[in-house]
Parts: sequence; C-alpha cells; structure tokens
Amino acid sequence: MLFRFKVPSQAREDEVTPRELFLTRRSAIAGGAALMAAGGLPAFPGLAKAATFQVPTTVSPQDPKLDAPTPKESATTYNNFYEFGTGKTDPSERAGSLRTSPWQVVVDGEVAKPMTFGIEDLLKFPLEERVYRLRCVEAWSMVIPWIGFPLAELLKRVEPSWTARYVAFQTLADPAQMPGLRSPVLKWPYTEGLRLDEAMHPLAILSVGMYGEVLPNQNGAPVRLVVPWKYGYKSIKSVVRITLTREQPPTAWNLSQPSEYGFYSNVNPDVDHPRWSQANERRVGEFFRRKTLPFNGYAEEVAGLYKGMDLQKFH
Amino acid sequence: MPSPSRPVTVKAFVSQRLSSRWTKPLVFAAALAPMAWTVWLALTGGLGAEPVAEGVRQSGIWALRFLLLALAITPLRLLSGLSGLARFRRMIGLFAFFYALLHVLAYVGIDQFFDWQAVWRDIVKRPYITVGMGAFLILTALAATSPKSMVRRMGGRAWRGLHKGVFLAGAGACLHYVMLVKGWQPTPFVYAAILLALLGARLLNRAQRPA
Repeated sequence: MLFRFKVPSQAREDEVTPRELFLTRRSAIAGGAALMAAGGLPAFPGLAKAATFQVPTTVSPQDPKLDAPTPKESATTYNNFYEFGTGKTDPSERAGSLRTSPWQVVVDGEVAKPMTFGIEDLLKFPLEERVYRLRCVEAWSMVIPWIGFPLAELLKRVEPSWTARYVAFQTLADPAQMPGLRSPVLKWPYTEGLRLDEAMHPLAILSVGMYGEVLPNQNGAPVRLVVPWKYGYKSIKSVVRITLTREQPPTAWNLSQPSEYGFYSNVNPDVDHPRWSQANERRVGEFFRRKTLPFNGYAEEVAGLYKGMDLQKFH
Repeated sequence: MPSPSRPVTVKAFVSQRLSSRWTKPLVFAAALAPMAWTVWLALTGGLGAEPVAEGVRQSGIWALRFLLLALAITPLRLLSGLSGLARFRRMIGLFAFFYALLHVLAYVGIDQFFDWQAVWRDIVKRPYITVGMGAFLILTALAATSPKSMVRRMGGRAWRGLHKGVFLAGAGACLHYVMLVKGWQPTPFVYAAILLALLGARLLNRAQRPA
C-alpha cells in the first residue's frame, strides 16, 4: 500500500509543511507579521499578503522519502495552463492578469438544488491538506500538498438527481484575463468531466490552496479539481461551472485528439499515449526516471470504480 | 578589397567582410553560442523545473534553425549576389548536424539514460521519433560525406544527389516538430513554411534557368 488515509485527529500536520508555518486564514496578516518578527519567514516570502491555512493533513504518501513534496518553486513555475500560453513558464509569467475575487462557481444540471458558490462559500467547507502525486500525461510528475475538500461534499449540497450520471467542469474563458485564448490550441472554454461515482470518490477534491497557502493563479486559482489517479489535464483549473449531466460530457483534450486522450484518462503504464511511453515518468527535480504506477499508485482505492471495464479501450 | 575606383557600396562592404579571414572563426564561435548559453543555464539552474526536457528541446530547435539557415545560404547568395556567402554553407550545415547530435545524445543519454530498449521501442512505436531519427540519419550521412575529399571520391553527381537529401532531412525535422506538440500550435508550421519557401526559391530558380 502506497499511502494511507488518516482521520483528522490522527493527522500529523507537520509531515510536509513546518508546523510553525501553519496559520489560520483569519489571523494570516497578524501571524505573518509575528513570524516575520521571529525571523521564520525565508521559505515563504510574501506570506503576510497570502492567506494561509491551518488544516489537518488527511492523506499523504506512505513513503515520504520516495514521494517527497516537489519544491514549491518548481510546482509554481512549471505549469500547463494553456489559457496563458503553451510554454511551461507562460502561466507563472502571465497569470497575474487573472482576477480570482470575486469568483463564482455555478453548480447546476441534474440536481435538485442548483446553487452558485462564491469563493468565500467554498472556503467555508472543512478544509484539509492532501499530499498527492500528480502525474502529467507528458511523463513528468510532482508531489503536491493541496489544500481542499472532497468534491463529494459540494455535490451533496446540490442533491444530484437519480438521472445524474456524469459531472462536467468548465474553466473560465475570458480573453481579457487569459491571453492564451487568442490561440485556438484547444476548444475554449476548457472542459473536463468525470463519471458521478468518480466525482464522489473521497480522493477527488476541489482545491483552494497548496503548500499551506492560497492557490497561485498559475496553479488554477481560486478553485480547481484534483483527481490524483488521472493524468493532470483531468484536474481542471480555475473552475466556474460544474454541471451534472445524463450523458458523458465532451472534454477539451478528448475533442482535440480523441485517439490520444480518452475520457477516463486514468494513469496507466500499460496504455501508451501514442506519442509518449507512459511506462515511466520523471519526478520533477530528479534525474532518473521511475516506473509509473497503475492509477498513479492509488489503485487500492480507486480500481474498484473500473471493475470489469476494458481499460485499454476505456483509456 | 574593392578597388579605389569603385564606389563603396553596402554590398561591397559586406562582401569584403565576408571574405575576411576573421569572419569564419567569428561565425563558428557565434554558432556555438546557443550551446554555451544552454549549458550555462543548465549549470546555474536557469533551465527551469525540468532541465532535461528543456535541454532536449533547445538542442532540437537549434538543429532545425541551423538546418534552415544552411538551406537559406544559396538563395541569399543568388538574391544578393554575395558570392562570399557560399563558403559558410558547409560549416552551417555541419552545425545543424552538431545540434542534431546533441539533441539525440540528450534524449538517449540524459532523458532515457542509455535505456536502449526504451529508445528502440520509441523509434519503432512513436512516429514522431521514427521521423526524427530518420532525419538524423540523413544528416549523419551528409556530415560524413561533407569533406571535399568525399566529393572527389563519390563523384560530383552522386555527391550532389546524396546532398539533396538535406531537404528530406528538413522535411523530417519539421514533421517531427509538428507531430510532437500538443493541441494546435502555430510555431512548428512557421518553420515548415520557411522550409517550403526555401525549397520554392530553388525550384523557381531552376525554372528560370535556360535548360
């Protein structure tokens, strides 16, 4: 077993981020100032400005040596967020133009109670830290300490109707804020989708922060999906709409190249992307490649969702 | 040197510079600059979070740039009448091969760390790598036959025939680039358009020449 669930009371929140760096959101500014006075700040410049989270770590890798968190610097400067350009550093250089407040997420479709959540509403969900592996379809990977809450918690609020079978997600598409939209690299707005049972799985979360702080714009602020057993592009960023549907929704990469990007897109070393071997991956910051694990190492938790399915066909 | 009686034109000035014995070493040094810069960035952490991928990318893009530059020399020479350009063609062409070699070495030696099995699987299974390797093989043959003595040994006709393969290598390199990017991206097509224009210029030139 590669990782374990822990109940919040048993959480070791000092596993990833030094304990002294945890602050409550409400006292962020005061706390930041206090830390600065204590000289404990160098790792997080700008802390006084950024809201920080003091939340329990509920999921983390079984072997923290094998899956040590990726340096924050790497995770925030090596990004695929084509709304800001196709280069890896484009998002960190250009996403400053994204306005993340006010921000609304419309949740509608096959639900009893369609709702609109402001980002302030989302921050009221019981937040926790989840240290997940992230495997990009381009055969690189990271380990990221996310702050968020189970997507299931949000979906329960809107009461999915019995007709709902899928969940469709949509990213903001505002050319005024997102220079990459000028290029037809993908069909905008960016869309993603999950089967409802995948969306309800406890490992699927909506994330509002990482490394103890609010999400940087380039990482999908102010709220994004994180589905750790699927390739990174499934974890859609800067979400503005979540729609429960009867039919399998169209998804951006699948529309662009159906043969290369299936709807499910579960991490699978045995199903090669036509252009990249998926058998191994390079953990960002490391030299040697490592073997890619089925379902990105979360098989024990999620393989049951796909029982009886031909994963070669439904890739 | 322009004779004192001729007016000193821009062309005469450039022509004079081209024939200077310092120009070739200067161009040689300039052609090494992209590698030097990339190595410097790699050593100082300037290649970003994934330096291996960036190194592979940079060497590949510079191979393509030098290949197009080598192919641009003859049309430039004919258009400008600067016959002194011709003596840089082989060197630029060899730099295209040099960067292509760095590209392949970075992929095989650093990215895959000499996992020959994985490399072979890539070559047979992934069309963009098949095409890229094909282009590299052609460039290798051209580089191996680049010394003047090889022209004599092969005979001018056979040599010229073989070296027409440079267009095939260029097409392969462009196709390799077009195939490897994700989504619809314009940059590889810009390189392909330049290659087509350079090929077009030659065909046009040939058509205008009396048979």
